[in-house]
Amino acid sequence: MNIAVCLKQVPGTTEVKIDPVKNTLIRQGIKNITNPFDTYALEEGVRLKERFGGRVTALSMGPPQAVEILREAITLGADDAVLLSDVAFAGADTWATSYTLGKAVRKLNNIDLVICGRQTIDGDTGQVGPELAEMLGVPFIAYVSKVEDIKTGLLRVQRMVEDGYETIEAHLPAVITVVKEINKPRLPSLRGQMKAKSAQIPTWTAQDIGVEKERAGLAGSATQVVKVFFPQRTHRAEMLKGEPSTQVEALVEKLREAKLV
Amino acid sequence: MEYFLTEQQKTMKALARRIAEERVLPVRAELDEKEEFPWAIMKDLADSDLFRIFVPEQYDGLGGGSLDLCLVVEELSCVCSAVAVSYAATALGAYAILLYGSEEQKQKYLPQIAAGKLAAFGLTEPTAGSDASNIKTTAQKTPEGYILNGTKQFITNGGEADIYTVIALTDKTKGARGASAFIVEKGMPGFTFGKKEKKMGIRASSTRELVFRNCLVPADNLVGREGAGFIVVMRVLDYSRPGIGAQAVGICQGALEAAVDYTRQRIQFGQPLISLPVVQQMLANMDIKTEAARALVYSVAKTIDSGAKSFTEESAMAKVFASDMAMQVTTDAVQVCGGAGYMRDYPVEKMMRDAKITQIYEGSNEVLRNAIAIELRKRKGRTA
Repeated sequence: MNIAVCLKQVPGTTEVKIDPVKNTLIRQGIKNITNPFDTYALEEGVRLKERFGGRVTALSMGPPQAVEILREAITLGADDAVLLSDVAFAGADTWATSYTLGKAVRKLNNIDLVICGRQTIDGDTGQVGPELAEMLGVPFIAYVSKVEDIKTGLLRVQRMVEDGYETIEAHLPAVITVVKEINKPRLPSLRGQMKAKSAQIPTWTAQDIGVEKERAGLAGSATQVVKVFFPQRTHRAEMLKGEPSTQVEALVEKLREAKLV
Repeated sequence: MEYFLTEQQKTMKALARRIAEERVLPVRAELDEKEEFPWAIMKDLADSDLFRIFVPEQYDGLGGGSLDLCLVVEELSCVCSAVAVSYAATALGAYAILLYGSEEQKQKYLPQIAAGKLAAFGLTEPTAGSDASNIKTTAQKTPEGYILNGTKQFITNGGEADIYTVIALTDKTKGARGASAFIVEKGMPGFTFGKKEKKMGIRASSTRELVFRNCLVPADNLVGREGAGFIVVMRVLDYSRPGIGAQAVGICQGALEAAVDYTRQRIQFGQPLISLPVVQQMLANMDIKTEAARALVYSVAKTIDSGAKSFTEESAMAKVFASDMAMQVTTDAVQVCGGAGYMRDYPVEKMMRDAKITQIYEGSNEVLRNAIAIELRKRKGRTA
């Protein structure tokens, strides 16, 4: 069982500020962390390795400092890590990101399972997992809350749906995204930290993984961010006056007008 | 204060702090209330390799020294000293094997301890507290091994630990010179557990009787030679006392932080309590005492790690001073928090209850002051 886990370095806050001129996140003064949902993906990868054997490779596309989260991944049980970093990857949307990750997974060779977090806390799209499966041409299962079994090339999982869960089987290789209910990520160990400190983490560029530059980064992005802004908070309250009964009548009338009832 | 910790020591300290905050803090009050042994936390500590730090590398440890152990104990104790002592008592139980064990004993037991099996140290008996040499437990030599009979009392980690270092008399006629140390494993026939104590503080930790009724211990489990039991005891306790000092420093730090937090928020006479001069004086004294205790404990730990041959006096000082400070600092923490501080909804009353034992166990402070005085009398001239 060779597993690849995709991780993203994100700002350690849910209250991101946006540069109004450049339309980019203001990262100054905010500590970068591993996307919290990805920590469950990593933990599940390590647990599956402990159950079924094999290796776990942590994968991240990002600027050079993203190597920090890969080192942390080795602390937490990943066997190897690879950073995908190249100016050609910059400004990628989910499509270009998935294309690049897909190329890296192919280069890793013999990967049976790719695990991603359900979404990131900065982009929040939840698209990279499914798109990556498309790029690789393999089955995809979202919102996995339990991996029941893996045998003879078949994966059996529970996935969360709105009112319960479904049990699904898929052929390997496959891509899954996991929810936080799937496990409780372990604490780092001292030996893991020592191993991580001396671990060699290679950086793969566009050339290394055979990425066509026009399909990666901003150039390869199907979507372009035109503007990023916080919606203006508007307060347009109307106070209804009179006796409670007249207020209720007036309220019902307003709701009818707005076609809400 | 800059204590010139190595990168690895900083890493250990940060990891212990993280475990204390993430895994201990949320359950601290409940464990205390229910007097429940913190097994889940012990597993976290084991998984994080913290039981490896005091074990040499050739036995699957990380080869750390006294200071490394003190740093971890302090951080755990800052949040809950019942958790800290359950961890530290394993080091205490392991020290006899580390210092006096045969190569076979080390190879058999130390990797187990490094991986998180708990250990304990059995010396105290109903008739032998401060008068430790008055033990009655016997170990009779037979062709099959040693047969142990007797009862040990107030044993930390009793019932929970798998590996026990037990002191028993191999020659009753020789008193202290007739005592020997043995490794006894949980489950050996004739070894059972008696009364589980209900304590004032450190209530999540286990304190229990060890009962030996014709318990056959293999001859290979004798630690050191016959009759050397009290040499083992004295040396083991010299090594372990800075750990109690570190436990006390952690209690001081936890109480200081809780007192500062509370007095910053609590408004009386139209201002936060911390702006009242009388409260400021008390908090400043608590801070001074905490840092002085820490400086002494770290210095003694570094003295041990430097390879010093004799450190009975220093090790006793670290334990006595830090534990006295812990009692004073926690008492003042309760005082500045007032009525709230006395309530179980706030952590300082627990810290005050937990602090008391540090003045009592591993040699009462009175016995240790005697030991320091004996060292003073031995001195012929001035020492640097």
